[in-house]
Amino acid sequence: MGTEQWMGLVTGILFGFLLQKGRVLRFEKQVGAMLIQDMTIMKFMLSAILVGMVGIQLLAGAGIITYGHKAMNLGAVLVGGGLFGIGWAIVGFCPGTSVGALGEGRWHAVFAIAGMLAGAAIYAELFPFFQSTVIAWKDFGKISLPEAIGISPWIVIGVFWAVTLGLFAVFEKNDL
Amino acid sequence: MRKRFDDGGWSPYLAGALVGLLAIASAYATTQWLGKTKYLGASTTFVRAAGVIEQAADPERVATNAYFAKTKVKIDWQFMLVLGIFIGSLVAAIGDKSYKFEGVPPIWEDNFGPSVTKRAIGAFLGGIVAMVGARMASGCPSGHGLSGMMQLSVSAFVALAMFFGFGMMVAAVVYGRRG
Repeated sequence: MGTEQWMGLVTGILFGFLLQKGRVLRFEKQVGAMLIQDMTIMKFMLSAILVGMVGIQLLAGAGIITYGHKAMNLGAVLVGGGLFGIGWAIVGFCPGTSVGALGEGRWHAVFAIAGMLAGAAIYAELFPFFQSTVIAWKDFGKISLPEAIGISPWIVIGVFWAVTLGLFAVFEKNDL
Repeated sequence: MRKRFDDGGWSPYLAGALVGLLAIASAYATTQWLGKTKYLGASTTFVRAAGVIEQAADPERVATNAYFAKTKVKIDWQFMLVLGIFIGSLVAAIGDKSYKFEGVPPIWEDNFGPSVTKRAIGAFLGGIVAMVGARMASGCPSGHGLSGMMQLSVSAFVALAMFFGFGMMVAAVVYGRRG
């Protein structure tokens, strides 16, 4: 193992530890959010985003790190995102949490992981088809929201903080 | 303090905020030491792992597949990150005694009963659909949901809305028997 692999492993161990401590790895937490009964995973994700977006913006703005936007390919993101949502509701784990759930003993996650591996292999087989259909519709490229609307990223971050803190208040008020 | 924290778990606000710090530190560290900014993600690793497994059975097929060629089948930073998630979760769960063998999760059991076979089929088929979708969209709740949102990527906002929008609709139908 080289430096790259060791860094990935250490980062992953910390990530997995925090995912488990936040109690977001469980099926009932993920499906609970979709049923709007338990917003634990939303609190967790949004808290991570609130903190992360400030640091990433500071570092990228200073030229210390570079952005790695994923392309806003209309068909791919809409259809793929929809398919992911459909599958996610049934399997009850996302790719990262499936592995973490197995770590905390929820062994039915092995079936989820097996399905996801099969899904990846199937996607690789169907890739030429998707490339000439869904992916070929319209690609807006690797764009950020501030670029797209032509304003400072700090305004977007400010609005995002305000809206999210409001959401947190709603979650707590309704005991979600 | 509400009941759900009584088992040794942390507030999701705290654990989430710490993941935010981890993401920042990781972006900085990978840029410094690996020469390229890397962001947290998980679903690409499933493609690489599928490639590794498929290589054992039919190396020719993997070598000539355009998607495997594009993704590059290798044990990289993110691959080790995903393995690390397993270890970190295991350590945390043993540490606070929340490790629990579970073959059928609550909510599922309320709707479909205690059959492990049913749950296995559901998890497998759901996993297939979720991963096809994640790879088409180029990301999952980690890559789009956390990393993309932190960078204010347009694709992340749209993907996350689709993930939860469709997730909510399907969950309401599938687990509707329990109000």
